Amino acid sequence: MALLSKKDSRLILDPLADNNPITIQVLGICSALAITAQLKASIVMALSVMVVLAVGNVVISLLRNVIPGKIRIIAQLIIVAALVIIVDQVLKAFAYELSKQLSVFIGLIITNCIIMGRFEAFALANKPWRSFLDGIGNAAGYGLILIIVGFFRELLGSGTLLGFKVLGDPIAKTGVYAFGYENNGFMLLSPMALIIIGIIIWAQRSRNKALIEE
Amino acid sequence: MARFTDKNSYTILFSVIMVLVVGSLLAGVAQGLRSKISENERFEKQQNILYAMGVDDNEGTGSVTFIPTKEVEATFHKYIKKQLVIQGDEATEDDNAYLIDIKKEESHANDDHNYKRKLPLFIGEKDGKTFYIIPMRGKGLWDAIWGFVSLDKDLVVEGVYFDHKGETPGLGANIKERFFMDDFQGEQIMDGNAFVGITVAKGNNDPLNERKDDQKVDALAGATITGNGVTAMIKKDVARYIPYLEKLKGAEKNETSESIQVSDSIQ
Repeated sequence: MALLSKKDSRLILDPLADNNPITIQVLGICSALAITAQLKASIVMALSVMVVLAVGNVVISLLRNVIPGKIRIIAQLIIVAALVIIVDQVLKAFAYELSKQLSVFIGLIITNCIIMGRFEAFALANKPWRSFLDGIGNAAGYGLILIIVGFFRELLGSGTLLGFKVLGDPIAKTGVYAFGYENNGFMLLSPMALIIIGIIIWAQRSRNKALIEE
Repeated sequence: MARFTDKNSYTILFSVIMVLVVGSLLAGVAQGLRSKISENERFEKQQNILYAMGVDDNEGTGSVTFIPTKEVEATFHKYIKKQLVIQGDEATEDDNAYLIDIKKEESHANDDHNYKRKLPLFIGEKDGKTFYIIPMRGKGLWDAIWGFVSLDKDLVVEGVYFDHKGETPGLGANIKERFFMDDFQGEQIMDGNAFVGITVAKGNNDPLNERKDDQKVDALAGATITGNGVTAMIKKDVARYIPYLEKLKGAEKNETSESIQVSDSIQ
């Protein structure tokens, strides 16, 4: 990290673990539950949020001195909505197949609390470059949890990873299915995502006691 | 310190400017990209129609691979021999029948019961075999679902393509995956002379889909309502074409076709 000063690199590294937006700040839970049934969807969502959060943070940061305090939330909402619509339209025009794959994710980005949270808590008070790093860092922390949850849900729920049958064929009874293993269909439903996130939070806080609130 | 941004007049001025800037920016982007987007949508429709009749770039049993966008226009005209618009008992040829908006036709027909809706039908030919490709549109769990089904001259399904606007990823969204769509191949939509369609059934004890004459395919776990939507869509939209297809079949065999019973969903 010679490229970044120590202070700047903390902006990226902190949200990955000790200040993770999902497990510590408990933001962005809705999308973490909704779209993690497959690993691929998790990765795509993580990347999309990263683009929107980084660009949005920079825009908000540039405008931070002219946005009126009374309507700052509305202004933030309009900026993120406009960004998402532009990304959606550009993808439809120049990468139509990719935009079909992303389908609902693009629209879901607007509803992500992390985005509004970072605009409000960081970009409104910091310079563009630091806001950009903060956006990348928080989106990476969010994406990390999404990918962990997506990995376990797809592996245990469907027996596949990124669509590849890593555990064998459940119908033809090959691989581990030959020994009587069965997919857990419950993993595909949202409540299991909450349980997995709960386990991650538990593991994280028992390793680092400083994170436990009184 | 009172900042200039706290004044009411500034707040109003800022919101007016912001709305104007963002509004015109979005309008400009939408206007500038519209022709490109609608062309992409047209190509996609051609790809879907071709996919339903088995013209695709699929390899093995993996994912759906369409004919590349660059070649789709020429391929479409190569395989699709005739495009018909059926209105009542009449069928006319129309080379742009695939652009007919089924959603508009449906709402028009719902508003005005005397309106004879335009039903587009595509007749394709591949390796000397004739395919009748029927467009469909229905409701999933969250939003619209649509698709195409191709039938051979005996009204046996040759292939299907489904798509959706916003079904749940990993659950209902899997209707556009091959492991679901491939099951429809070879299924019969007729039971004797009566139209039954195909039911997306849970617990039909046939997960490998070996029985082709049961009018059933195995459902997707966790996607009951989307599956029911697919069933309803096939029953509703394919039924409208049965009288015409039976007539074609009769004319081809040069014998009077038997009177057919169709389900109550058509009038």
